[in-house]
Amino acid sequence: MEAKKSIRLLITRQIDLHSPSYEEEFIIPYRPNMNIISALMEIRKNPVNAKGEKTTAVVWESVCLEEVCGSCSMIINGKPRQACSTLIDKLEQPIRLEPLKTFPVIRDLMVDRERMFEALKKVRAWIPIDGTYDLGAGPRMPEKTRQWAYELSKCMTCGCCLEACPNVNQKSSFIGPAPLSQVRLFNTHPTGAMNKEERLAAIMGTGGITACGNSQNCVEVCPKGIPLTTSIAALNRETTLQSFRNFFGS
Amino acid sequence: MGQGLTENFWRKLHSLSGVIPVGVFLTFHLFLNYSATWGEASYNAASSFMMNLPFKIVLELFVIFIPLAFHAFYGVYLALKSKNNVNRYHFFRNWSFFFQRLTGFIAFFFVIWHVWETRVQVTFGSEAGFSMMHDIVSNPISLILYLIGIVSAVYHFTNGLWTFLITWGITVSPQSQKTFQYISIGAFILLSFIGIRAIFAFV
Repeated sequence: MEAKKSIRLLITRQIDLHSPSYEEEFIIPYRPNMNIISALMEIRKNPVNAKGEKTTAVVWESVCLEEVCGSCSMIINGKPRQACSTLIDKLEQPIRLEPLKTFPVIRDLMVDRERMFEALKKVRAWIPIDGTYDLGAGPRMPEKTRQWAYELSKCMTCGCCLEACPNVNQKSSFIGPAPLSQVRLFNTHPTGAMNKEERLAAIMGTGGITACGNSQNCVEVCPKGIPLTTSIAALNRETTLQSFRNFFGS
Repeated sequence: MGQGLTENFWRKLHSLSGVIPVGVFLTFHLFLNYSATWGEASYNAASSFMMNLPFKIVLELFVIFIPLAFHAFYGVYLALKSKNNVNRYHFFRNWSFFFQRLTGFIAFFFVIWHVWETRVQVTFGSEAGFSMMHDIVSNPISLILYLIGIVSAVYHFTNGLWTFLITWGITVSPQSQKTFQYISIGAFILLSFIGIRAIFAFV
């Protein structure tokens, strides 16, 4: 296979949240098996743009480098995905990098995903196990349930599903697909199920589950293949039944 | 939280109102129109039966007007909060999401115009029946607008039926959603055929 001599990158940059964004082009030397992160590191080594002007290094965020932490999400050639698991050899050039549009930009490709963590707090995406004495072991989880619940636990709060959702935007308060699927995960856990009414109540309010418009983009773009639309439909059933219990009595 | 009239309640009521009674009424309306293909007398007999139902104003108000107005105005408010992205994500369901909102807007304006031209004119003393519709659709522009309006309303109903089943948590598994996707497409073709065939009978 003939090796490409160089890689062209078109990067949407921004100094901070309140500055206008601009595009800057970079040409870096080609090496086989590069990913987006290693290309960005190449720019950092020698921050000179395609015009030969000295510039600042492009800022991005990354932690695990193996597609489990979700922090390096960005829009690569129009699609939201992780920079670490996106290989240069599989991309069409020039490669366009943009920050996720759903979140406030901190700088260049680095965004603030705080709203997702706030949403996880709002829906109580945890299992309370603290007591004033040793509560002992919890109920067992059936193996069959554990298998599909494990798939939901793969969510890394990366933000791709929020990015693709037409109902997550500045005009809407929709919390997005990811935190909803977490409600299903924690409500499925036998100990977590003891607080399931609280989680259902949280998603029955404004910006909750019914703000979903069934475009089903989330399940298409999820890098972990989480059945987000199945989670949403299952919670639709749970909230329907819960609203009957609330009004008519359980 | 979770108590009283939450967004969950209003949104699920909105979804339900699109099917019962609005969608059921639309289906009934299109079937009744189809009697026009059997001739003017058949259509006039069917429509005069409807015109002479007891407590017609109560039926119109509670079965048609109030649910329809709620569905329409709340729906427009909701649709304006979406930010369509079909240019970026070309998935089938995303296109359906876009068309659901587009046909909703078309149906919104079409229904206002249609009610103005028919039901309101009857209140002002016009004679309801075959000849009224014949006069409207003899104008080719009106006929085209009617065709667009009917197909949009049918699309909005049949696709809305599919989303209703998800919104109420009836179709949860991907397989059941897929099965009802086919049923929804089948209903769209069938109802469109009935609606289009009927409107041409008035020309």
